[in-house]
Amino acid sequence: MDRRLVLAAALGLAAAAALPARAQEVAKIGLILPMTGPFASTGKQIEAAVKLFQARNGDTAGGRKVQVILKDDGGTADVTKRLAQELIVNDKVVAIAGFGLTPLALAAAPLATQAKVPAIVMAAATSTVTEASPFVVRTSFTLAQVTVPMAEWAARDGIRKVVTLVSDYGPGIDAEKAFTEVFTKAGGTVENLRVPLRNPDFSPFLQRAADAKPDAVFVFTPSGVGAQFMKQFVERGLDKGGIRLISTGDVVDDDILNDMGDAALGVVSTHHYSAAHDSAENKAFVEAFRKAAGFRPNFMAVGGWDGMQALYAGLDATKGQGGQALVDAIKGTTWTSPRGLLTIDGATRDVVQSVYVRKVERKDGELWNVEFGSSPAVKDPVKAAKAP
Amino acid sequence: MSAPPPGLAAVEAGFAARARLRLVEPALALVAVACFFAFPDRHLLMAEIAVLALFALSLDLILGYAGIVSLGHAAFLGLGAYAAGIVAVRVTPDPLLGLAAAGIVGGLAGLATSPLVLRGADLTRLMVTLGVALVMGEIANRESWLTGGADGLQGIAMGPVLGFEFDIVGRVANAYALAVLVVLALLARLVVLSPFRASLVAIRDNPLRARAVGIPVNRRLVAIYGLSAAYAGVAGGLLCQTTQFVSLDVFGFERSADVLLVLVIGGTGWLYGGLVGAVLFKLLVDALSSLTPQYWHFWIGLILVVLVLVGRDRMRDGARRLVGRLGPPRTAP
Repeated sequence: MDRRLVLAAALGLAAAAALPARAQEVAKIGLILPMTGPFASTGKQIEAAVKLFQARNGDTAGGRKVQVILKDDGGTADVTKRLAQELIVNDKVVAIAGFGLTPLALAAAPLATQAKVPAIVMAAATSTVTEASPFVVRTSFTLAQVTVPMAEWAARDGIRKVVTLVSDYGPGIDAEKAFTEVFTKAGGTVENLRVPLRNPDFSPFLQRAADAKPDAVFVFTPSGVGAQFMKQFVERGLDKGGIRLISTGDVVDDDILNDMGDAALGVVSTHHYSAAHDSAENKAFVEAFRKAAGFRPNFMAVGGWDGMQALYAGLDATKGQGGQALVDAIKGTTWTSPRGLLTIDGATRDVVQSVYVRKVERKDGELWNVEFGSSPAVKDPVKAAKAP
Repeated sequence: MSAPPPGLAAVEAGFAARARLRLVEPALALVAVACFFAFPDRHLLMAEIAVLALFALSLDLILGYAGIVSLGHAAFLGLGAYAAGIVAVRVTPDPLLGLAAAGIVGGLAGLATSPLVLRGADLTRLMVTLGVALVMGEIANRESWLTGGADGLQGIAMGPVLGFEFDIVGRVANAYALAVLVVLALLARLVVLSPFRASLVAIRDNPLRARAVGIPVNRRLVAIYGLSAAYAGVAGGLLCQTTQFVSLDVFGFERSADVLLVLVIGGTGWLYGGLVGAVLFKLLVDALSSLTPQYWHFWIGLILVVLVLVGRDRMRDGARRLVGRLGPPRTAP
C-alpha cells in the first residue's frame, strides 16, 4: 500500500478520535445581543466588555476553553428565542447570555428551564425577569433597585414636592411606582406623568411639570433618550426656574453624557455604576476599555463584564460542568467588580449591589457622574417585598 | 389575454387549463419535505421561513394582484399573533383553534379597515396602512392587562398539535408551519387562478375601465383585502405558536418593511414570489448575520441594491425560462 495513503488514513483516524475529546474541552457560551437596530449601543457596549474580559482573564475556566458565540437579534424577541434555541440545540452551549431588553430575556427564559441551560441576563432590568425561570441569573440591575435610593435621598435632601416623568412601559412604570411609594411614605407629595416610549416629545409634559411648580422633576427614560430630554429641559427653561432634575442613571448614561453638554451639569442621579467610580478595579477597567473599544464603558458594559465574571467563577467551581450545577455554583457568589462589591442573591439569583448617588461634574474637560453617597448591598425591592 | 374575445366555453377552458397542477408544484413541496429531513438542525429557521413566506403571500394577494400598496401589513400579523397568544393563555392550548382565531381576527380587522384603504391613491394608502399598524401597536402597548404590554405576553404554553407535542429542536413546529403554508398556498392558488383574480388584475390596471365593464370594484377590493388580512393573521398565529411568545415588535414597522423586501426579491404577482423571496431573504440574513453580527445590514443593503438595479429582471427571466420548460402557472399578465 502507498505509504502516503496509510499516513493520511492514520492521520484521519487520529483526527476523528481527537475531535470528540476536543469538543468536550471547549465550553461554548451563546451571547445574544441587539447589535443592530435602535438598541445597538447596548450590544456594542456588552460585546466590547465581554471581549475585554476574555483578553484580560484568559479564555479558560474550570479547565475548559471558553468560546463566546455572538449572535445579533436586532432587539426582536422571536429572533432571540430562535437563536437561543439553536445555540442550545446545535452548538450545545453551556450557557446563554446577553439579552438587551426585558421582552428578549422573557422570550428565552422558558428555553433555559426546558433545556436546563443557565441564562445570564446582562442588561434587561425589569424586576420579573429572574422569576421567569430558575435558570436565569442577572448581573445588571433592577429599576426599583436604583430608584428607591433616589427617593430616599430626595426626601433627606429637603425636596418635598416631585413630578415624576417616566417612559410609558414596564421599567418606567416600575420606576414610577417605586419612587412614589418611598417618597410619599417619607412625607413628600408626588404627581405622575408618563411619556410615550416611541418618538417622545417631552415639551408638553415639561410644561405641565413646570406648571405644577415642584421642587424637583424625577425622570426615567431608557438609555439613549436622555440627551433629547436634557435638551428640551433646558429649552423650556426649567433649569433656570429653580426646579431640580433628579433621575436614574439611565438618563445620564456614560455613553452619551459628554454629548449633552453643560445642560447636564449638576443633575443628581442614582445608579449602580458610574465610569467615574473611584476604585483601582474601575480605573483599570475604564482605561483598558477605552483603549480597546474607543469609547467610554457604561452600565451595560459593566453588566457584560460581571456576567462573564459570574460564568467564569461558576465554571471554575463546577470544573467546567454546565446545567443545574452551574446555576447552583453561581448562586451566592461575591466578587469585586468595577462597580464595587457584587453578590448574586442565593434565593432570587438577582444582583445585590451598592447603589450610588452621583452628580454630573466637569473634570479634565469631560462630563462625569461623580459619586458622593451610597447605599450598600441593595436588594431588588420588588422581590424583597414579596419575600415572606 | 390579448387575443380577441373567445366564446364562453373557451374562456372556461382557459381557466381550467390554468388551474391544472403543474409539475413544478409538487416538486416544490418535495423540496420542502427533503429540506425537513436533510437539515435536522435548522428546523427553527425553516419554520421562520414558512411563516415569512405565508406573510409575504398574504401581502402579495393585495399588492401583486390588486395593486394595493401597504406599509402596515404587520398590523394583521400582530393581531393574529396576539389573538393566538391570548387564546392559548386564556381559552385553550389547542393550536388549531388558536390558528383559526388568529385568521378570523385578522380577517375581521382587514374588513373593518378596508374602507380606509379603498379611499385615495398609493401615497394615501401607504400612510393609512402605516397609521393602522402604529395604532394597533400602541393599543397593544396600552392594554397591558390583556397583552402584557412592553414585556410581551407571558405564559403561552401550546398543547400538542394533532397529538404531537412541540419539541425543543423544533421538528413539530417546522412540520406544522410547513403544513399550514402548503394548505393555505393551495387555497390561494384556487383564488389566484380564478376569474376573481382576473377581475382584480383588471381593477389594478385600470379601475375606471373595470368599473365601466361592470366589475364591482369596491366589493372586490374589500374581499381581497379581508382575505389577505386573514392570511396575515394566520401567519401571525403561526409565529406566536411556533415561538410560544408575542411581544410588541410584531406590530413593528420593520416587519412590514421586511415583507415588502421579500416581495421585491421574489417578485410580485405570482404565487411563489413570496415563497422564493422568503427563502432567499432569510438565508441571506442568517448567513450574513452569523458572519458579521455588527455590520450585516450593510451587506444586505448592498445586495438588495445590486439585485434591484442590475440583476433582478435578468435573474427572474432566467428562472422563468428554466421554470417555463416545466410549465408553471403564469399568473402575471
